[in-house]
Amino acid sequence: MRINLRNMHDNQAGTIASVKVAGELGRRLRDMGLVPGTEIKIQGRAPLYDPVALRVMGATLTLRNNEADYIEVEVE
Amino acid sequence: MAPTVALAGNPNSGKTTLFNELTGSRQHVGNYPGVTVEKKEGTYVRIHDGFRLHIVDLPGTYSLTAYSLEEVVTRDFLVNQKPEVVINIVDASNLERNLYLAIQFLEMGIPICIALNMIDVAKKRGIKVNAQKLSFLLGVPVTPTVARSGKGKKELMDSASQIAREPHQLTPLKISYGADIDPVLSEMEKEIADRHFLTDTYQARWIALKYLESDQQIISKGQKVNPDLSSRLKEMVRKVSHHLLNTLDTYPEAMIADQRYGYIKSILKQGVIHHKYDRNRLYSSDRIDKVVTNRFLGPLIMLAVIAGLYHFTFTYSGLPVGWLENFFDWLGSTLSAALPEGMLKSLIVSGIIDGVGGVLGFVPLIMFMFFGIAILEDSGYLARVAFMLDRIFRIFGLHGSSVMAFIVSGGIAGGCAVPGVMATRTLKSPRERLATLLTVPFMNCGAKLPVFALLIATFFAKYEAAIMFLITLGAWAGALLVAKLLRVTVIKGAATPFVMELPPYRMPTFKGLAIHTWERTWQYIKKAGTVILGLSIVLWAMMTFPGLPESKIREFETLRQAETSRVPFAIAAELEAEQEGAELSGPASSLKEKLQRIDAAEAEAGLRNSIAGRIGGALETVSKWAGFDWRTNIALVGGFAAKEVVVSTLGTAYSLGEVNPEETGSLSETLARDPGWSPLLAVGLIVFTMFYSPCFVSVICISRESGSWKWGVFAMAFNTVLAFVLAVLIFQIGSAFGLLVN
Repeated sequence: MRINLRNMHDNQAGTIASVKVAGELGRRLRDMGLVPGTEIKIQGRAPLYDPVALRVMGATLTLRNNEADYIEVEVE
Repeated sequence: MAPTVALAGNPNSGKTTLFNELTGSRQHVGNYPGVTVEKKEGTYVRIHDGFRLHIVDLPGTYSLTAYSLEEVVTRDFLVNQKPEVVINIVDASNLERNLYLAIQFLEMGIPICIALNMIDVAKKRGIKVNAQKLSFLLGVPVTPTVARSGKGKKELMDSASQIAREPHQLTPLKISYGADIDPVLSEMEKEIADRHFLTDTYQARWIALKYLESDQQIISKGQKVNPDLSSRLKEMVRKVSHHLLNTLDTYPEAMIADQRYGYIKSILKQGVIHHKYDRNRLYSSDRIDKVVTNRFLGPLIMLAVIAGLYHFTFTYSGLPVGWLENFFDWLGSTLSAALPEGMLKSLIVSGIIDGVGGVLGFVPLIMFMFFGIAILEDSGYLARVAFMLDRIFRIFGLHGSSVMAFIVSGGIAGGCAVPGVMATRTLKSPRERLATLLTVPFMNCGAKLPVFALLIATFFAKYEAAIMFLITLGAWAGALLVAKLLRVTVIKGAATPFVMELPPYRMPTFKGLAIHTWERTWQYIKKAGTVILGLSIVLWAMMTFPGLPESKIREFETLRQAETSRVPFAIAAELEAEQEGAELSGPASSLKEKLQRIDAAEAEAGLRNSIAGRIGGALETVSKWAGFDWRTNIALVGGFAAKEVVVSTLGTAYSLGEVNPEETGSLSETLARDPGWSPLLAVGLIVFTMFYSPCFVSVICISRESGSWKWGVFAMAFNTVLAFVLAVLIFQIGSAFGLLVN
């Protein structure tokens, strides 16, 4: 099943299916390894539920929810 | 000249630690030409043969695109300065993503050697990396290192020296970017090579690649050199983009990045890396985060940490600040006794020593503050603070990391805007950073407190705590709203992506902390010290010249003589021969008091007649809208030097002689009696003091940190206008409704 990263719940894991954004944000996401095929796991959210922290290739990254919107994830 | 070695790598890869380890104290910090990105350089000396290498620490980057200033600086340095070798530091525990940068160096054809850093951390996490295999597959030397302990340093520098000594052209790495891009890329490469388009600085294939990645820096360079060819290349890119969007729903730059990661994966799969555990397993760092960024505990812990930082800085710096103050007092009084009465003495004591002393007095405070921030930064906690607070600060067009600067500047009353402005260096997003550094001076720094204390004690003694709390809230509200205003007007622009790494918690090394603290402190002393000397002299001159006319001075002298002649000679002689600390008889001390009153009146007249006094008088025509008279005006002009000067200048203007900002009893009584003063005026003055121009040390720091005097001038003008409008509104509305008029 394919869902938006924003809608994933804590500790849910999945594989990035697509990252649909160009420009600076797109580049930043790719620089951090957020490309199709990468496995991610939601590690938690900030006290105000935004930004979100995820586990990618053994490191922890943070994204704002409106940035996570561009990422589709294939989950079980 | 010694060969140049550049250190490059991702943020948090241990690059700075390695730099410190290699160069020790033989380093200095500057800026890259025209930008505020720090440039660290140093010398590495090999112990056994004295072989020297010039080491440049490049800014930490994840990639070599041209989006951030750090990336542009890194790329320009590599292309223009052509270092003999680049040491690419990669985090062994996070190899896959770190190699993304390494691949880009190889694509550029830059001679690199890889430091496989934090190999100990990787091992602990059950990650085994085969350095030899990696070296073989990438075709560059790979040395396992532990920067914190210096392990592998010698081997790393040996392989770097070898490359530096035997320069050889590296063939740029050619990766396949897929069936859609490859043919276009070759075609573009051929066109570029045939026409020698930018090829004296870059490789043809790399230029083509940058066109495909729509790299603005390279495209605009190309546009200048050969607009025809540049347009043709752009057209080719447009076609392939169109095709990719239609068939695969992707962009060329995304495709290229995917293929780079694919290439890295294919290398790692050939037995380079072996994971003993699941990669997403939680480590101790994550367990700490479960508590530290917890929905309920997180904010509480953050408050405690911030309060701790505050307490640490302002309590422990008190002692050395006191020593420095005593030293400058001692210097002032010694010189004052040694120099003959006159202009020179006044210039040296009141102008230079008070001015420069005032600036240097901040140094211990700044050192403590930077030390505290360095601990939070190096340990990784600062990134968590940004993570937790981003949602709130984003509303105002700022970034989660802005909070530190606000707190340091006096977010809890009593900070200082100077280290606050400098603390914005931890912010990596340029627009958010500028908005932060322009608004931090609104916070209630320690120097504004005596002004508030005086006015509150005089007019609102009963509500002291409540008013102080309101002032703090007002400062925050003002700063955040102005930040928002700036972000939708002069610093317009979309939010910089927040995408950020939460580095694992690490114990900071003392060496790292010490170097961090010292280099920032030294920059403050050097840059602020020189400009401030000049400005102190100007301000002193404004409050001294042209002085009183001869006739006036004689008038005061006659008054003094009249007082003295009114008492028996013995009493005057007793006063004349007064010893420091000795008891005076009743009549003698009453004579002394009378004489001091005359001196104070003379000082008042002198100040009224000085340039500053005349400016204050001239400003009355405008300032009367807010209810400020010439005395308040001069005090506020003086407050530009340092806010606490407002109190001492008010003292002089009210003929009280020098008023110690800590003991304002008599000034308070004078203001309470003065019919020109009312609680309403006091509120207006408090608000004005909160928001008007930052003191000049802050203005200098703002100019320096923003990279332009324009912003320093903007802060002075904008803040003063804003403060004045608020003060006028308070005074006029209050007067109209008869509020707080007594």
